[in-house]
Amino acid sequence: MKVRLTKRYRFSASHRLDTPALSADENRKLYGKCNNPYGHGHDYVLDVTVAGTPDESGQIVGREALDQLVRERVLGRFDHHNLNTDIAELAGVVPTTESLAVTIEKALASNWPLRARLDRVRISETERNIFELEAK
Amino acid sequence: MLLTRKAEFSASHVCANPAWTEERNRAVYGLNANPNGHGHNYVLEVTIEGEPDPVTGMVFDLRELKEILNEEVVEPMDHRFLNREVSPFDCVVPTTENVAMEIWRRLAGRIGRDGVKLHNVRLYETGDLFVDYEG
Repeated sequence: MKVRLTKRYRFSASHRLDTPALSADENRKLYGKCNNPYGHGHDYVLDVTVAGTPDESGQIVGREALDQLVRERVLGRFDHHNLNTDIAELAGVVPTTESLAVTIEKALASNWPLRARLDRVRISETERNIFELEAK
Repeated sequence: MLLTRKAEFSASHVCANPAWTEERNRAVYGLNANPNGHGHNYVLEVTIEGEPDPVTGMVFDLRELKEILNEEVVEPMDHRFLNREVSPFDCVVPTTENVAMEIWRRLAGRIGRDGVKLHNVRLYETGDLFVDYEG
């Protein structure tokens, strides 16, 4: 018996896509507007899915416990910040949404404190671009 | 092939275990333990797995599926207080997990047949919280 529960969270952050491995022209060609020098921002939507079996409360996870974890490890650190400059794990990393998904999955999975296991994270940069990563 | 049909129902509930103290219920369920209940616009997505019938071209007759969802879920649950009016929630706490699992129990037997089976029940309590149950 496997039940999965998904909760949706939101945070807003800025970033600029630019890799030192390429020239300025190549960066502009590759990343387009995402390479504009002063950066830009998105309202990211993060879906966190946990899996498990319900306990005696009829829940696989306490809602407040999950909210608190995501607040502490993700929202409190990422919301209204600059992904290029403010997030230690993203130093020297191009903050694509792919990188962001990997970083968030690691931040959540490391010393995971809840009984239900982390199943996956899904993050959208805009409604048209969605990235999903199964937890290891 | 997977086929998903959606249905909506609005219902009230209380999440509290009568064997527990008010404080413990408050600690576990938060606002959901408020004694007189509150409500949600639940959205149900039922996914069926099977291959299209070579004659009809359909995995499952959508009209029949709509009737099954109406009879098993929408009619009994829509505009009801789950704890008081819908079995087994007089004695099972109607968390989203438990409601999704009950919907699975109600549907599985009516949908399963040769080469066709219930694949997943997804129940949205709000746009920001949903549960998947695969049996």
